[in-house]
Amino acid sequence: MHEWALAEAVVVTAIKTAKEHSFREVTDIEIQLGQLQQIDKDVFAFAVEKALKSQRLLFKETKVHFHDEEAVFQCRNCGREWTFEDNKKKLSTTESEAIHFVPEVAHAYMGCPDCQSTDFEILKGRGVSVSSITGERDD
Amino acid sequence: MDPRVNIIDKRLEKVKKVVAVSGGKGGIGKSTFAAILALTLSKRGHNVGLLDLDFWGPSAHVILGAEKVLPEEKEGIIPPDIHNLKFMTIMYYTADKALTIRKAAFENAVLELLSVVQWGALDYLIMDMPPGIGDPTLDVIRLMKKVRFCVIAAQSQVVMETVIKTLNTLIELKISITGVVQNMKMNERSVREQIERLHVPFLGEIEFDAGLEEAMGNPDDLLQTGFAKAIDRSIAGKLENF
Repeated sequence: MHEWALAEAVVVTAIKTAKEHSFREVTDIEIQLGQLQQIDKDVFAFAVEKALKSQRLLFKETKVHFHDEEAVFQCRNCGREWTFEDNKKKLSTTESEAIHFVPEVAHAYMGCPDCQSTDFEILKGRGVSVSSITGERDD
Repeated sequence: MDPRVNIIDKRLEKVKKVVAVSGGKGGIGKSTFAAILALTLSKRGHNVGLLDLDFWGPSAHVILGAEKVLPEEKEGIIPPDIHNLKFMTIMYYTADKALTIRKAAFENAVLELLSVVQWGALDYLIMDMPPGIGDPTLDVIRLMKKVRFCVIAAQSQVVMETVIKTLNTLIELKISITGVVQNMKMNERSVREQIERLHVPFLGEIEFDAGLEEAMGNPDDLLQTGFAKAIDRSIAGKLENF
């Protein structure tokens, strides 16, 4: 599952942030899960927990919070906004899976519901991002 | 915060050399050179990966005949083995559809691939770049610290105009250039002097090879072409020594 690779990226980011801010311990990690990437939340959460164990002291009491973010698109051609729910049902399993791996390939399989243009912007809900990492310092 | 940026160095930590095959113009043989260079280095005993970053016009899969393979998903994405190359392309996910993406989406897609593809230990990662020195080149420079550029040129004023600008930009950005290859050589005229005037290594020349098209899609046949022999004879060795 490539969720493991993304989970590792989150934990490496937390370690880097902790170093930059001289955190003795990371207390909270807030993760946004953009709907377009269709991450398997259970697998991802398990992978994050596993990866946190690589630094037991730094992540001793770390709480990881996951937040689902709806995917919203805007057509650059006609300006129409729409959500992933509007497109999702029309995608085949193979197409959905391709978007799961590289969300940008949505441009190959989805279009504006009004003018069908594939020239659209992903306004939000693309994929995995970290919204905050909180920790405690010694001082 | 984008977590992907922070994992790229780790994904490439066992990759010894990263070579971006670039050039100012489309149609001067970047993809063919990148694919056959990768095959040649592999034949010379190296572990080689090939990454097609030309998302707007991927073609390395056609050159290699790798149209019916898919990567494996295992704690990331494992590129399939094509004739002893670890080969990655966006085409695995777009199939026969065109990808109409703008520069911000390009950057996101590159970031995604660089952060989830598990290359493992490689002597070379060869990258086929889109034409020009716009966002894709700048993204690669920003995200891949080890990258060095190999620029494809041809004896044409139109091509050289852009090749010189590309080289000057790379020099200004202090990016390592392995050298320039003159492709599709049809007469005695060489671009060597123009290149060496910029203090950039001239790696060699490849004659125009009329038989190349017939070999497309078959790596064994590609390695028998004059194109491949020129790479093996005068270019691959220089790349091994940089």
